Amino acid sequence: MAKVSIATVWLDGCSGCHMSFLDLDERLLIVADKIDLVYSPLVDFKDYPEMVDIALVEGAVASEEDLHKIQKIRAHTKTLIAFGDCAVTANVPSMRNLVGKKAVLQHAYFELATLDPQVPNVVVPPLLDRVRPVHDVVKVDIFLPGCPPSADTIFAALVELLEGRIPDVPALTRFGK
Amino acid sequence: MTPEELNQAAEREATASTVHDHVVGVCTSTACLASHSDKLKKEFDAAVKAKGLKNVRVKAVGCCGLCASGPMVYVESKANGSSEAATRTYANVASEHVPAVVESLGAAPVAALACDTTQPFFTRQHKIVLESSGVVDPERIEDSFVVGGYQALLKALTTMTPEEVVDTITRSGLRGRGGGGFPTGLKWSTVSKAVGDRKYVICNGDEGDPGAFMDRSVMESDPHRVLEGMAIAGYAVGATEGYLYVRAEYPLAVKRLKLAIKQAERAGLLGANIGGTFFSFKVDVRLGAGAFVCGEETALIASIEGRRGSPRPRPPYPAASGLWGFPTLINNVETFANIAPIVKNGAEWYAALGSGKSQGTKVFALTGKVLNTGLIEVPMGITLREIVYDIGGGPLPGHTIKAVQTGGPSGGCIPEAYLDQPVEYETLVKLGSIMGSGGLIAMDDTSCMVDVARYFMEFCMTESCGKCVPCRVGTVEMHALLTKICEGQATMTDLEQLEELCEVVKSTSLCGLGQTAPSPVISTLRYFRDEYIAHIEHKTCPAGVCSGLKSGAVKAQEVLA
Amino acid sequence: MSPTMTETTVVTLKIDDREISARSDQTVLEVAWENGLFVPALCHYEGLGDVGACRLCLVEIKGSPKLTPACVVKVTQDMEVVTQSERLAKYRRSIIELLFAERNHICSVCVSNGNCELQTLAQKLGVDHIRYPYLYPKVSVDASHSRFTLDHNRCILCARCVRACDEVEGAHVWDLFGRGVDTRLISDLGTPWGESETCTTCGKCVHICPTGALVEKGKSVAEMVHARPRFAAMARVRSSSGR
Repeated sequence: MAKVSIATVWLDGCSGCHMSFLDLDERLLIVADKIDLVYSPLVDFKDYPEMVDIALVEGAVASEEDLHKIQKIRAHTKTLIAFGDCAVTANVPSMRNLVGKKAVLQHAYFELATLDPQVPNVVVPPLLDRVRPVHDVVKVDIFLPGCPPSADTIFAALVELLEGRIPDVPALTRFGK
Repeated sequence: MTPEELNQAAEREATASTVHDHVVGVCTSTACLASHSDKLKKEFDAAVKAKGLKNVRVKAVGCCGLCASGPMVYVESKANGSSEAATRTYANVASEHVPAVVESLGAAPVAALACDTTQPFFTRQHKIVLESSGVVDPERIEDSFVVGGYQALLKALTTMTPEEVVDTITRSGLRGRGGGGFPTGLKWSTVSKAVGDRKYVICNGDEGDPGAFMDRSVMESDPHRVLEGMAIAGYAVGATEGYLYVRAEYPLAVKRLKLAIKQAERAGLLGANIGGTFFSFKVDVRLGAGAFVCGEETALIASIEGRRGSPRPRPPYPAASGLWGFPTLINNVETFANIAPIVKNGAEWYAALGSGKSQGTKVFALTGKVLNTGLIEVPMGITLREIVYDIGGGPLPGHTIKAVQTGGPSGGCIPEAYLDQPVEYETLVKLGSIMGSGGLIAMDDTSCMVDVARYFMEFCMTESCGKCVPCRVGTVEMHALLTKICEGQATMTDLEQLEELCEVVKSTSLCGLGQTAPSPVISTLRYFRDEYIAHIEHKTCPAGVCSGLKSGAVKAQEVLA
Repeated sequence: MSPTMTETTVVTLKIDDREISARSDQTVLEVAWENGLFVPALCHYEGLGDVGACRLCLVEIKGSPKLTPACVVKVTQDMEVVTQSERLAKYRRSIIELLFAERNHICSVCVSNGNCELQTLAQKLGVDHIRYPYLYPKVSVDASHSRFTLDHNRCILCARCVRACDEVEGAHVWDLFGRGVDTRLISDLGTPWGESETCTTCGKCVHICPTGALVEKGKSVAEMVHARPRFAAMARVRSSSGR
């Protein structure tokens, strides 16, 4: 049987969900037999493959780069999973929506700047006006809330998905867990 | 005042007026006051005095109806030696016209100002509620006596039992004019049978629909009619105290009601032992701070009690547990204004008017894209087309009527194709709207139905009391979606979400405000879905209202494509 | 006691096709919970007067075209109640979503994380994401009180605190101000909580709060555990003292 191709994606988040993924520990070996990790911050592939079976997307959509990335990923993914609270609710990154982009940049690059205050405009992607949850931008197939979702939750959900079933998410996790 | 004394007072007043060959009535209701009709009245006074005309009375009257052509003035003149009076109506009267009008008394009318009262705007109306509006001076109770004021109250007190009064109202078929259309007689009978140490009568004058001013006009033009209706209700249900809840934005209505209460008390027609009987009834005015939700009966009661004006779940209904926990009868201004004529003329007379399960007349504030706007009273069963085309005079030149909106933010839009339907509670509901309290807005090809829906949603959003979740938050979310559609930013998924929210808010909100807030959206989606689609799929506003979008019609095949 | 109060009798009714007997002075919600049925509610709390505001306990009652809040409607003989249906489940999820969209409920950094009724209900009702756009209102935090904090970001306007303070403590520090989505919880007449002359610092409002809006100071994320068990007893004492 062909292995299931899996991508993990890191948008605006703390990478805690990826850490939790690594917390699968020895269970990674069980999963490894069945999957191909084709794209991830954890591996070296630079380009998103033509078609991926499952993508775990961590983080909210906060910058133009995030926006382009998620649109591309959506087009090349069969099952897209909003992975963790930042992807599902926009979570902590969305707290800047209360004050607006301008105030955040002002604070970070002017008020706190020690020398040469300016908003970076090269290399760093421009921020979107609002931080948005992934489903506000592209269609999401499965939501896996949690901050981060525990390794047990990730494992249980993965097992279900690999068996071709839809995991019973509310039985596994909730916002903030 | 006993019935005999009342008759004598009326006769005295009538006799006193025989010295006046000419009566100049100047409308001093809010709309005409806004065009300085108070100044006009003083100028007439001065002109008459200067000319030493003892046979002319200048009188401040209430609303004459054609508010768009204010200030309205009428002149009632008796031909020499005759007791029959002929009336001339003048529109758009200004200060410079005063000498000409005074000069014309007993001579040819001032042609330039003449208002054609044979036009359908006047002839197609049937006035019961407004029969004395624009006739009596609302600040003189004696004027009301001449037109039969308080006769019905004394008739009820001296010749009818409370049960007979309730029975009369029941048989008349009168239904709540606040919008819901609950049978008034049934409500009265429930309160009269309710057990309580005390009972209350409340008159709901918290008229809040945007553009609606029926109740204001009645309270300003003929306050005694409302008080009389309340007193009859008090007698019928066994209440000795009543409250008139009026929004503070109606200062003139408040002033005239308070004055009317004082006059009626002095005349022994309110207060202790009315008409020399054992029945006592005291009325007080309470001011609302202009929250739309306080028109909802439980919120209104909370507001009178001095608490935050927010509704509570019913049951218990106010009829069982209302003001201070006592059985309370609560009716709208227009409903009370119908009571005296019914008691005076009998249930059968009233029941014979109207059609289907809707009896009597209905007052509408006709506004929007028609030639004649103003306050009208029409018999139930009249078609919407007659109102819009005959009374309203039809569309503005070069335009076509697209829809009629009734019921304000709780109602819906009825498309042109259904204008031949009669004005009846059930029919309007079937068409996806409601009778409502009387707002009637005509819309033409320059009205964008999505924008209309958004306007009403904005109203509901800002007027939500904030108590229950679906209304408090759902209206905000729906408004955001409608704005998105108007701005051409929406997708068909947004439309789906809008429809779903309509259902949630309608089904789960605590009170009528939330339950009906989605109605303008639901009804425009029902009849004008193509306009929504044009905004979403074609980024086009067919009416050319929504800025930033293309205007102009979207061809049917494009919509279907 | 109201003179119209009728005598309490025993009635039998059907809830979700279960034959149940109950006292006639009980509400549908009380009876359902007593019988182990799950009906969600946020504004209801035993011992407080009910207001029917959250709309989560709406049930279908046979013969009534409208949905009815179970917390305020009394049981009657032969009543037939449906507490679980596809339609109700859908509406309840929508209401939870609207609450999450209304204010800034960032569970992961909330002191009540793991001890929050809104969060728990979301999970129980299967709300795993919020479909409606978040409103992100800019609201304040009142930390002027020496022992407690009011965080409007987490407030769902259930008014439990208002009623606990008024009906049980008898102080009526709290009330609601403003309209619609701009409604805010205020202390006294809008003065900072710390300057309130009526607050007795009893903490009932803090512990009755379903979310992390009213909290003890010094709590970090997930540390605000509500102490509730004594509340019902306090409410009983209060009501039997015949106020």
